[in-house]
Amino acid sequence: MTPADAGPPTRGAGGDELLELTAGQALSRIEAGDLGADEYFDAYADAAAGDELNAYLWRAERGGGDAGGENLRGAPIAVKDIFCTEGIPTTAGSRILEGYTPPYTATAVARLADAGARVLGKTNMDEFAMGSSNENSAYGPVLNPWDRSRVPGGSSGGSAAAVAGRLAPWGIGTDTGGSIRQPAALCGIVGLKPTYGAISRYGMIAFASSLDQCGPLTRDVTDAAILLRAMEGRDPRDSTSVGIEGGVELPSREDLEGLRFGVPRELAAGAEGIESSVAENFKATLALIEELGGELDEFELPSTRNGISAYYVIAPAEASANLARYDGVRYGARDREADDLLGMYERTRARGFGAEVKRRIMLGTYALSSGYYEAYYGQAQKVRTRIAQDFSAAFERFDFVVTPTSPTVAFGLGDKTDDPWAMYMNDQCTVPMSLAGIPAISIPSGLAEPEGGGPQLPVGFQIAGRAFSESRILDAAFALEQRIGFG
Amino acid sequence: MIDREQVLHVARLARLELADEEVDRMARELSGILDHVDKISALDLDGVEPTSHVVALENVFRADEPEPSLPRERALEQAPDPAEGAFRVPSPGAS
Repeated sequence: MTPADAGPPTRGAGGDELLELTAGQALSRIEAGDLGADEYFDAYADAAAGDELNAYLWRAERGGGDAGGENLRGAPIAVKDIFCTEGIPTTAGSRILEGYTPPYTATAVARLADAGARVLGKTNMDEFAMGSSNENSAYGPVLNPWDRSRVPGGSSGGSAAAVAGRLAPWGIGTDTGGSIRQPAALCGIVGLKPTYGAISRYGMIAFASSLDQCGPLTRDVTDAAILLRAMEGRDPRDSTSVGIEGGVELPSREDLEGLRFGVPRELAAGAEGIESSVAENFKATLALIEELGGELDEFELPSTRNGISAYYVIAPAEASANLARYDGVRYGARDREADDLLGMYERTRARGFGAEVKRRIMLGTYALSSGYYEAYYGQAQKVRTRIAQDFSAAFERFDFVVTPTSPTVAFGLGDKTDDPWAMYMNDQCTVPMSLAGIPAISIPSGLAEPEGGGPQLPVGFQIAGRAFSESRILDAAFALEQRIGFG
Repeated sequence: MIDREQVLHVARLARLELADEEVDRMARELSGILDHVDKISALDLDGVEPTSHVVALENVFRADEPEPSLPRERALEQAPDPAEGAFRVPSPGAS
C-alpha cells in the first residue's frame, strides 16, 4: 500500500527490521525471550539520535535508565514536551520555559513508567499546544516524514512524526481541539483522544483545562489500547479525572455486524472545506464499513457549524487564564531589564511568548473582558451545550459518528501561516468532539493526492463514540484497520 | 472591528508588552478572527444552559489529611531570582 518513494524515509532499504514492529509485537518478542529489552530501547535511542525531522527536543541516552514495571517491559516511548518530567527539561515548545526542569512528573507519564515504559525523548510541539502545523514551536518546525516540505500537523506533531518516521515505536500527546487526531492523520498513524476525564491531567501543562486530554499516538489500534489501558484511571491530584469504568479491553473484533455508523452532513464528504481527494477516500472507507456489515446513515449535527467559532472563544479564554502563571517569578525566563514589577511581567511575557500564543492570550482576554463576556464566552458555552446535545441525540440512533479527521492531507510548510482562521479550520472535524468531551480515534485510511498535485499522502478516518466507550471505539477501529490494511 | 486603543487596553490586562508594529498586526488579526466568531453572538440561545464542564461531577472531596508538599528548596530551584527562601521580584513601585 505504501509506495517506497512516498513512505517514511527509514522504511525499506537500510531500515532496521526492529523499527518496523508495532510496540505490541515487540513486547511479545521481549516476553518470549526473542528480543532484549535494552536491545529494543537502544535501537530506538540510536534512531532518535539521528532525528532529521526536528521531532525531538530532548533525547535519552542508550540504556535509558531503569524501568519501573513489568507490563511494558522497558519499552521506549516518546513523550510530548507538554508533560512535566522530573529531572528532564520540559518546555511546552516555548521560550518562556527554556531550561525549565520540573520538580515532579505528570501522572500519565508516571503511570507509563510504573507499567515499565522508559522515556525515549521529549517531542517538539506547537507552543503550549496552540497550533495545527507545529510551525508555532519556538524550537523550529517539525517535518512530515512522508514529505519533508510539508507539516506533520499539530500540536502533537513531534510525537506523530517520530512514530511515523520510525524514531519512536509509540508516543503520547495531548488533544484540546484535535492535537492528537489531526497530526496522526497527517502522518499516517493512529491517534486517540479519550473521553475528557479518562486520564489525569496532573503535570500536563495546561492550555484549555475544560478540553485538554492526554492520549496515545501509535502505529496501530492495538498499541493505542495498550497505552490507554496503562494511563487511564482516577487520580486524586486531578479532581476531574474519573477513569474508564470497566477498564480498557484489547481490541479483537473482526467485523462490524450490527453496528450503526452516523455520517454527519456538516463534517463529511461534500461539506465545505473538505478536499476532494480526502472526500473520495472517506467515501471509499464508508464502503468498507458496509462490506464489514456496518450500517450507515446520514444525519445532521447542526450546531457543529458553530464549533470552530465557539472553540476559538472558549480555548483562548481558558488559555489566557492558564498562561497568566508565566510571569517570570517562580520558574522559567525573566526579563532583567525592567526595573519595576509590572514592567518585568510585561517584558518577560512579550519576549517569552510567540506570535500565536500572544494572539490567543489577547483573544481570550478580550472575550473575558468586561462588557464582552456574555456576548462571547457565555454564548460560546451555550453553543457547547448545543453541540453536546446534538451528539447525545446522535448516539440514540448510532453507535458511532464518523468523519474525515482532517479536511486536507498534509499541507506545505508556510502555506497557512499568514491566515490564522485558515489554520484554525484544520480542526473543523475534530473540535466538535472536544467540545462535547467524547472520545474519538483517527486511523489511517489510505493515501490521497494533495490539492495541486504531488506524491500521495496519508488520510485519517475519525470514529467518535459515547463518553467512556473507548473499548467499543477501539474494537470498531481494529476491525476497520484490518480491512484497510494500511502500512 | 477592534482598534489600536482596544488592543493596547487588552494587552495591559494581559500583561503583555506589544511593539508598535505588533499593535497594528494584532488589531488586524483579531478583527479577522472576531469577524468569524461574531456569528455566535447573533445566535438565539436564550434558555440554553452554558456548559463549563462536560463531566457531571459535583463536589469532589477527599479526607483532610496533611501530606508532605514540595520542599521549599525544590520549589525555589527553578526560580529566576530566589532570595532568603522566597521569590524575589522587582519593586512594584519603582517607577
